[in-house]
Amino acid sequence: MASYELLRLLWWAVLGVLLIGVAVMDGFDLGAAMLLPIVGRSDMDRRVILNSVGPVWEGNQVWLILGAGAVFAAWPPLYAVAFSGFYLAMLLLLVALILRPVGFAFRSRVADARWRNVWDGGLVAGGLVASLVFGVAFGNALLGVPFRFDDTLRMTYEGDLFGLFRPFAILCGLISVVMIAMHGAVYLAVKTGGDIQRRARGVAVVTAIALAALFVLAGLWAAQLSGFVVAHAQDHSGPSNPLLKAVIREPGALMRNYGLEPWAILAPCLGVGGALTTAALSRFATPRPLAAFVASSAAVAGVIATAGVSLFPFLLPSSLAPDAGLTVWDASSSQTTLAIMTVATAVFLPLILAYTAWVYRVLRGPVTAATVAADHHAY
Amino acid sequence: MDVVELSRLQFGLTAMYHFLFVPLTLGLSVLLAIMEAVYVMTGRAIWREMVRFWGVLFGINFAMGVATGITMEFQFGTNWAYYAHYVGDIFGAPLAMEGLMAFFLEATFVGLFFFGWDRLSKVQHLVVTCLLALGTNLSALWILIANGWMQNPVGARFNVATMRMEVTDFGAVIFNPVAQAKFVHTISAGYVTGAVFVLAISAWYLLKGRHRELAIRSMTVAASFGLAGALSVVVLGDESGYTAGQNQKMKIAAIEAMWKTEPAPASLTLVGLPDQATHQTRYALRVPWVLGLIATRTIDQPVEGIDDLVRHARDRIRSGTVAYGAMERLRLRPEDAAASAAFAAHVDDLGYALLLKRYAPAVTAATPAQVEAAALDTVPSVAPLFWSFRVMAGLGFGFIALFTTAFVLASRRQLERWPLFLKVCLWSLPAPWIAAELGWYVAESGRQPWTIDGVLPTYLSVSSVPASDVWISLTLFVLLYSSLAVVELMLMVRAIREGPGQWGAGAPVSRPPVVAPAAAE
Repeated sequence: MASYELLRLLWWAVLGVLLIGVAVMDGFDLGAAMLLPIVGRSDMDRRVILNSVGPVWEGNQVWLILGAGAVFAAWPPLYAVAFSGFYLAMLLLLVALILRPVGFAFRSRVADARWRNVWDGGLVAGGLVASLVFGVAFGNALLGVPFRFDDTLRMTYEGDLFGLFRPFAILCGLISVVMIAMHGAVYLAVKTGGDIQRRARGVAVVTAIALAALFVLAGLWAAQLSGFVVAHAQDHSGPSNPLLKAVIREPGALMRNYGLEPWAILAPCLGVGGALTTAALSRFATPRPLAAFVASSAAVAGVIATAGVSLFPFLLPSSLAPDAGLTVWDASSSQTTLAIMTVATAVFLPLILAYTAWVYRVLRGPVTAATVAADHHAY
Repeated sequence: MDVVELSRLQFGLTAMYHFLFVPLTLGLSVLLAIMEAVYVMTGRAIWREMVRFWGVLFGINFAMGVATGITMEFQFGTNWAYYAHYVGDIFGAPLAMEGLMAFFLEATFVGLFFFGWDRLSKVQHLVVTCLLALGTNLSALWILIANGWMQNPVGARFNVATMRMEVTDFGAVIFNPVAQAKFVHTISAGYVTGAVFVLAISAWYLLKGRHRELAIRSMTVAASFGLAGALSVVVLGDESGYTAGQNQKMKIAAIEAMWKTEPAPASLTLVGLPDQATHQTRYALRVPWVLGLIATRTIDQPVEGIDDLVRHARDRIRSGTVAYGAMERLRLRPEDAAASAAFAAHVDDLGYALLLKRYAPAVTAATPAQVEAAALDTVPSVAPLFWSFRVMAGLGFGFIALFTTAFVLASRRQLERWPLFLKVCLWSLPAPWIAAELGWYVAESGRQPWTIDGVLPTYLSVSSVPASDVWISLTLFVLLYSSLAVVELMLMVRAIREGPGQWGAGAPVSRPPVVAPAAAE
């Protein structure tokens, strides 16, 4: 069996891969839904948008469900603290996620303008709220959140919903929203044609430039923030008990890892570079800008990796009782569980990628008003 | 209401709501695969039309199942955070496996099921439908492995250093006999639900004289599939009873309102009025021997009654107190050998000491009266369990009768000659849902006062969140779910009224005036 230290590091990376998977795969359908009123002017435009993601969004959302399941299985204390601590924010996210499947399935079943507008509203709100909550949650993780443990490791959270909306966290929320909108727009540019494609490309340029600017701004801001540092060498194979360490506050702690491991700077560079490339390709490239989608995915990966690298070894620091902050070395499952999950992931993730690729291949080709009108099952 | 009651109410309501959609997804997905297999083998277009028509209803239902399923996963973190910490090491893995192995399969291919008709060959599309059904059923397997572990927590032990349960034998978790029995019982219930759904709607078409070809073929498939499912659900229900008789004696005793231990083999109380206050069942109608046979499969082993089980619980609480005291010493001095030995000897009863915490926060200093109160807490509410179980089991036998009749009539091609039977089919529509919901009520309410049987009490499992937050979420769920229920019922009824051949989801299908898509803006 691999060492506990290695397994923990591996599952930190898997967590990152899954979060990036959520943002890249589910992100484009959240973004497409968010852009319904901007890119889709007529009902047929909107049906084209919905049908461009319609056959695949359900599978994409499993990235999110698997992500949550993987946190539960590999990082149980993180699951407990984040989900119960952000109770009302999670509720908002849930409502957004509940509105999406029914929005897709129900919208086009009744040919009534008001009915369709209601579900469009639900889908737009679903996309916006989900992206915003994710971003704000990341912002709060970077800032640290007010929780502590008693000696039976029961967690108490001393904050509320409005306490999450701190200025820096709002900035992170905005980054998330423009990032997801960019990704949705780039996808629509690949998958549609005509006016929808033209409008989507316009949106992609604007949001990609906004993403680069806001992301750089957040980086400059984060450098001024005071972060958290474990005050001593932590046992990387010790028991998963977050109460066995001492943590100090330190200004500029979020930048510390870039000094220790200079190559980590690749993550933010990927974020900014990917966003700028997306803008350029969306503006100038030829009809089906698949390359822009790749660049946009790279930007998404870079932004999320930056957050993870900046926090390391923390997963979720505590602002209330810094010693109780959750780190990679003291908030995981047991070695056995991590090993079992590693085997299962190694077997099934490649299979998932293979059949997902096959499904996308079967569904390749642009979605247009004509294809939507011809398909009885279209949304 | 406090946070514990509110969280239980919310979890119970959202779980029962979720399970309105799950059994139909389970049953219909397999029925779709069967119908499509017939289409591929015979090449007759009517079978393709059947798959497409029932597929539309499947799609409406599936969306609701997905929407309400996410809520279940999230609640373990939002409302049951201490549970997530305490058993996440074991319980999280099956949920993650469900995503990896099952839900990805199901959700990836459901899109292709609808959008792949013109892009795939016949055989390819059949494979997609089969994978969809496989994913759905595997999903149930992993969820029931997780649930089976709550009922019978095998393959794990408590770790003092991390203050939680950790896996020792993952194979035991997967091959947990309770989980296996529950899995087959649950998917069979799903098959019965799918079959009754198809039977009832087809019967309605026949009564109206519409879509005869489709309705008769659908009923024939549903009758044989449903008969197999109904036999399996009852037989495997018996298996569940047997495994519960081995592992959850209190649940069986409560279901049967068996207050006192009887000489073996125990009699089965058919009906009666259980009285929790006096620990007696009035007006009981008893059948000798039967319970002893079901629960022990012997004629000489007694089935223990509630009063004796409470006495055992008292002993285990006292033993658990020793483990708890040893644990506190070990946390201060991990090298304390005496404490370590005492802990190892009594750790199996640690959960029982936690029952005491509600009455005596300093567990080791509990008075005999507090121990007695905690022991009495191990008895769930008997009367609702007693009656829910009886209605569920009665319906189970009813399904066997219904499908047997349908099967005989279908094989003699006489379905249309018996309008009264067609009406019975139609009015049977709600029955499988009632049985399934009652079944879950029995399984989960019968597990109280535990979330993890014998390991973690329910009242300790909740998150430390303000009650006002749970009020907000509960209210929101009730409002949102009620509106969605109305919408989904309306869409189902519309799709059924419109009937096959009109399955265009996006096409302007409704009554006149027909709105052109562009004009709908």
